Amino acid sequence: MARVVVDVMLKPEILDPQGKAVEGALGRLGLAGVTSVRQGKSFVLELEGEVDDARLAQVHELAASLLSNPVIEDYAIREVTA
Amino acid sequence: MRIGVVTFPGSLDDRDAARAVRVAGGEAVALWHGDADLHSVDAVVLPGGFSYGDYLRCGAIARFAPVMGPLVDAANGGLPVLGICNGFQVLCESHLLPGALVRNDSLHFVCRDQRLRIESTSTVWTSDYEPGQEIVVPLKNGEGGYVASEAVLDELEGEGRVVARYLEVNPNGSRRDIAGIANARGNVVGLMPHPEHAVEALTGPTTDGLGFFTSILKGLVEA
Amino acid sequence: MSPVADRRKPDTVADAIAHPEREQPYDQLGLKPDEYAEIREILGRRPTSGELAMYSVMWSEHCSYKSSKVHLKQFGDKKPQTDTLLVGIGENAGVVDIGQGWAVTFKVESHNHPSYVEPYQGAATGIGGIVRDIISMGARPVAVMDPLRFGAADHPDTHRVLPGVVAGIGGYGNCLGLPNIGGEVVFDPCYQGNPLVNALCLGTLRHEDIHLASAKGVGNLVVLYGAKTGGDGIGGASILASETFDDGGPTKRPAVQVGDPFMEKLLIECTLEVLHAGLVEGIQDLGAAGISCATSELASNGEGGMHVRLDDVPLRDASLTPEEILMSESQERMAAVVRPDRIEEFLAICRKWDVAADVIGEVTDTGRLVIEWHGEVIVDVPPRTVAHDGPVYERPYARPAWQDALQADDPGLLARPVTAAELRDTVLTLVGSPNLASKTWVTQQYDRYVLGNTVLAQPEDAGVIRVDEQSGLGVAISTDCNGRFAKLDPYAGAQLALAEAHRNVAATGAAPLAVTNCLNFGSPEDPDVMWQFERAVTGLADGCLELGIPVTGGNVSFYNQTGDAAIHPTPVVGVLGVIDDVARRTPMALREIGDVVLLLGTTRDEVAGSEWAHVVHGHLGGIPPKVDLAAERALAEVLVAASRGSLVTAAHDVSDGGIAQVLVEMALRENVGATVAVPADLEPFVFLFSESTARAVVTVDRAGVAELEALAAEHGVPVARVGVVTGPDDDLQVDLVGGESVLWTLDELRATADATLPALFG
Repeated sequence: MARVVVDVMLKPEILDPQGKAVEGALGRLGLAGVTSVRQGKSFVLELEGEVDDARLAQVHELAASLLSNPVIEDYAIREVTA
Repeated sequence: MRIGVVTFPGSLDDRDAARAVRVAGGEAVALWHGDADLHSVDAVVLPGGFSYGDYLRCGAIARFAPVMGPLVDAANGGLPVLGICNGFQVLCESHLLPGALVRNDSLHFVCRDQRLRIESTSTVWTSDYEPGQEIVVPLKNGEGGYVASEAVLDELEGEGRVVARYLEVNPNGSRRDIAGIANARGNVVGLMPHPEHAVEALTGPTTDGLGFFTSILKGLVEA
Repeated sequence: MSPVADRRKPDTVADAIAHPEREQPYDQLGLKPDEYAEIREILGRRPTSGELAMYSVMWSEHCSYKSSKVHLKQFGDKKPQTDTLLVGIGENAGVVDIGQGWAVTFKVESHNHPSYVEPYQGAATGIGGIVRDIISMGARPVAVMDPLRFGAADHPDTHRVLPGVVAGIGGYGNCLGLPNIGGEVVFDPCYQGNPLVNALCLGTLRHEDIHLASAKGVGNLVVLYGAKTGGDGIGGASILASETFDDGGPTKRPAVQVGDPFMEKLLIECTLEVLHAGLVEGIQDLGAAGISCATSELASNGEGGMHVRLDDVPLRDASLTPEEILMSESQERMAAVVRPDRIEEFLAICRKWDVAADVIGEVTDTGRLVIEWHGEVIVDVPPRTVAHDGPVYERPYARPAWQDALQADDPGLLARPVTAAELRDTVLTLVGSPNLASKTWVTQQYDRYVLGNTVLAQPEDAGVIRVDEQSGLGVAISTDCNGRFAKLDPYAGAQLALAEAHRNVAATGAAPLAVTNCLNFGSPEDPDVMWQFERAVTGLADGCLELGIPVTGGNVSFYNQTGDAAIHPTPVVGVLGVIDDVARRTPMALREIGDVVLLLGTTRDEVAGSEWAHVVHGHLGGIPPKVDLAAERALAEVLVAASRGSLVTAAHDVSDGGIAQVLVEMALRENVGATVAVPADLEPFVFLFSESTARAVVTVDRAGVAELEALAAEHGVPVARVGVVTGPDDDLQVDLVGGESVLWTLDELRATADATLPALFG
């Protein structure tokens, strides 16, 4: 069994109103000095067997075509654990 | 004239789209998401709603439905396609239209009677309007903010592919107040507001939305 | 939260017989010692852990209505003679014949405590639950409405609760594709720790499609379909609703259910398809008490016996114990009884909609509900004792010691506005007060257009839905309650709520036909509260009998109380009416220049419990406005007849805020002004702010005035010409006897009404 984590974030130039709302709330809760908050998504995939190069390529394909919308989002494979 | 209306799991305004087709004088044909067959319809409407609950991203899962295979091919070959609200989201996710729809900048779902200006009557879905005509149709969305790169926005404006623009109030933060766009060929149109809810005086704020459906029917007759 | 149990081994019936004296934590599950003794008596042994869990949940206040049953039976006893009631009280929802082979079902339910704990999910799952009640009757849900009550508008906790509740209602209802066509948003400090989130759903069906929750036909299969079962809300709704909150704030987080509206949408489509294909013998939704409730109710209503294998329940969480599976309140699940020769078709439809479905048992003739886990019997009970023959309490009740003083505290001595300037300012103050201000901030988060049959929606008097697209047949619904009136006099208060809803429906041109209710009260263990409840139920039952419209079903929510402070008694009443052609419904907007403005009904000096007394003086005391159901009935007949004859161009009922509020709302609706004169026999203050009942303001084309007056006279309804519709953007003007006028521009009225909620909630 292997575990892959894919992070998806809005591209920097895309307005993130949810991140902005969180930023505002942090201030109200007394956490000062936070200059920016951006909100993203994390996908945790549990895979059977090992994650070899071919499998990893498949995960990239999945991340680029389904898990993220390349028009507005970037993705990164954060973690691969066996 | 046979206009297909696709139902995805979670589609909501398919019935209203079908009704609008009928009111305009056409025959509405129900198309099922799981059926990779367009059944020889003359045009297709992708209706509003919450396909797949809007999970992952609006329209992101629907875009991989079996019916979308033949639909994308047909659209690239000139088949008229109108995507309303969630349908517009599906069209962007499948890259039949550029850009994307994101969360309303207010972070609230909004349902309101929205004033629009029809910017282009060169598409098969808007030919029955006058250029610059102002109409009022319902708008209801939580993820209706149209975004695209500056280059794409300039291209859309430059090529006259902005089909409708918000007036008075920008309800969702869409760039350049864009409410609807077309592809280069003009056969594929995506629109955030809901013309199918403005076809009957009894249940809509106006009957201004009927023009989208009469346009396509007239266009099909002439074709 | 699960009872003491060895997770590796279930507590079986055999164990219960072999070890009769094992200690059981019945009190942790909310059972009283005498209830526990009763269960032992029924079974002839101690209950197993699973049985204890079932009884504890099904016998909780929320599920068993044990404190309210003795009073609620009045709705049946005093039922007016009517041939339109196709299904009465006792089923999931009442069903009413509206003509042309159509029937409608409607019901309102509460989800108060979960919404205080987790506003978004509490409100969202409230919609989910009421919608499932409607589809389990065989109806397609077509509209929702939400009567909401919060604490003070400017209180920080209201800031926590209200936006979440509104977002939850919108998030769930919009995704299901149900137009939200009405409801209420009321603010009062008494609801601060106990907001009220009531949810109503309306469904339509053809007569032949009515289905009941009964398991008939020995050998028929019991199918559980929908979402998988997880640890959501274990004992949640039932236990939470039977406990009041401590002042420490929300603590019951783990027990909140989480909703999936997409799954519910699939469930609706799948259910309607299997029903229309004739594949279902009996059907029940899973709500409070989950599987325990569904199986015991289906069995109890049907042949009386059922055999269930809990192992066949599809689980989201494999670590759940059998007790937890029985108590789970995972959302979006239904149970159907299907003949063995139809089961394949049933499962095929579920597959088409991607809805999980599992056969978990069958109907038997043993008269027992037997549930197995891993091959051993862990539940063996007579289902009626679980589902229907629960404890019945005769809670003590007595008129509160403070009631007389409250009623004697008449508002007559409060300073009243007299000069034109004072009257002008008072109207603006009321128009901008949270209860009367525009609710657009809330209502624009709801889809009102989906399904394309919404003819009228808020802020109109009632929501109007077209049922038949060919004939125009439609229905109107309104929900109302003034908690302050009910506090002053619960008997009258319930009748005033009924009267207001009745009047609202008639104002749109629909003939009132049936009633539902959501009775929100404090703790039934408090004799003051129990007296309020008994009075309210009696008032409502008597009122329905007098108006000739039956109660078809409803809901009771007790324990809305923090410490000693109970909420105002809040008996929300929903009235449904029918209109033979929605095209001739009467909207509320002033529209045609030159139309005459008339006031129907009698205005008296009645401001006890009024918005004016509340907003301007913070005063609550006195006797509420006089109830006159005969006058309400006559007024309704005039409004409906006038609508049928296309006599009136607009109508709006008079209630909170009096005539001033009515005129403001009618003028702002389409931005058309009017000039109105205070009748010579009335003090301007009384004309503008009294909340006397059985009144409506209508506009009539000049040529039709005489006919309208004759119609009113025919029904014994007083009518007075009070003014004229002037024009677009014209001021709202009230002429006083003596020549002075009070004027407001429509812009300032709109700015005042529109500013309040956005300023508070963003």
